[in-house]
Amino acid sequence: MFDFDPFFDNFDEILNGFAATLRLAAAAAVLSLIIGTLLASFRVSPVPVLRAFGTGYVNVLRNTPLTLVLLMCSLGLNDILALKFSDTTSTSYYWWAVLGLSAYTGAFVCETLRAGVNTVPLGQAEAARSIGLTFTQSLRIIILPQAFRAIIAPLGSVFIAMIKNTTVAAAASYAEVALVTKTIVDKPTFADGVIPLFLGVAIGFLILTLPTGYFFGWLAKRMAVAR
Amino acid sequence: MTDSEGGPDLSKDGPEDTIAPAASGDRPLVVVENVNKHFGELHVLKDINLTVDPGEVVVVIGPSGGGKSTLCRSINRLEPIDSGTIRVDGKELPKEGKELARLRADVGMVFQAFNLFAHKSILENVTLGPVKVRRQGKQESEKHAMELLERVGIADQAHKYPAQLSGGQQQRAAIARSLAMRPKVMLFDEPTSALDPEMVNEVLDVMTGLAREGMTMIVVTHEMGFARRAAQKVVFMADGQIVEENTPDEFFTNARTERAKDFLSKILTH
Repeated sequence: MFDFDPFFDNFDEILNGFAATLRLAAAAAVLSLIIGTLLASFRVSPVPVLRAFGTGYVNVLRNTPLTLVLLMCSLGLNDILALKFSDTTSTSYYWWAVLGLSAYTGAFVCETLRAGVNTVPLGQAEAARSIGLTFTQSLRIIILPQAFRAIIAPLGSVFIAMIKNTTVAAAASYAEVALVTKTIVDKPTFADGVIPLFLGVAIGFLILTLPTGYFFGWLAKRMAVAR
Repeated sequence: MTDSEGGPDLSKDGPEDTIAPAASGDRPLVVVENVNKHFGELHVLKDINLTVDPGEVVVVIGPSGGGKSTLCRSINRLEPIDSGTIRVDGKELPKEGKELARLRADVGMVFQAFNLFAHKSILENVTLGPVKVRRQGKQESEKHAMELLERVGIADQAHKYPAQLSGGQQQRAAIARSLAMRPKVMLFDEPTSALDPEMVNEVLDVMTGLAREGMTMIVVTHEMGFARRAAQKVVFMADGQIVEENTPDEFFTNARTERAKDFLSKILTH
């Protein structure tokens, strides 16, 4: 039963699947960081319309199951409304998966960052205003840089969750490692060894997520603001 | 070099442009008229009127909760006011936005808790305003910043971070940060209250030096020595009102109002 041959027999396919997972996770990390930062800026801004938009966005995206978000992107927007990123089907699905996952993760990044903003003493913003910085300047130069340093470790958790959430993109027709694994199991020639196969993929995820956690932990220590 | 001693060098005359109190004409620099402010039910500023002339040093004194800090903070609109007007160099404080930011740049502020930008070096703290607000060149700003840090006696700390400095050094850096904007008036909100006793004087010496050079200053403080040495006017505030305005000598030896006498008797007998 614990013969890992089924895993190694399909090693190339699984490796390709992980590569696809990695492409999705990396792009979503960057994009969700941008979306989350923008949303957090909206939510702490003095403009009521922006605040309302930020709050509304977070409440909708954070409370919608990711599967639904991704299905909406692939089936709804890509297939039915034919909003395609590319003529190549797989490329279009990829970008919709990136967008859906980032839109969803961005809501969590926003809330984490907002918690970080609350760790920055009020006096920092007052000092920034007192030397004549505008709201946007003090947010960009004084508040957000300190907020980011405070949330590096929890941001690592958000990204680990995001890396694992890439498996849901299988539902959106994007061939990342979970979909590849399912395809292997569904092959008529695949006799048994589902558990070793799954264990192998699980270890693959550990190889992605454990260093992520350690990296963010290390970075958090290194970048901590001394007060 | 006097940096090694850590104290500010006041004997030396700094370059003429290091501190430039831009007193434009003879009209008052700060005019506070009929200002009222509430914190919920609490009426913290009751019909405040105050005029500060160019080059004048005004010390605001009084029991805690009397509205001193609120008045100081309302002058650059860190606290919004409910009614009345505050004019700085003839211009009324705008509501919000870019216009207000520009006015704040002309009003220096030194806080009780220093509030140096924790993620930036001392030098970056001092050059940030000139570069980002005044759009001044980086080199020019750094040169001016080093001159200012030299004046306040911490040039050798320029590349450290705020948390690595003592309280007194941090407060002097904060004063340099404000001066870098070449403000027309400086507000000090209890600048020595958070300091260890042995560091109070190094900050007061810098402030006394500034006063001598003609900087217009509004100082909320309990430091009687500084008030006597540097101020032209003492404003005694209690319960949200200005109870007495007097010269320092008169105020400390022969206060006119009972409320002030009572306050002074409590702090001077110790």
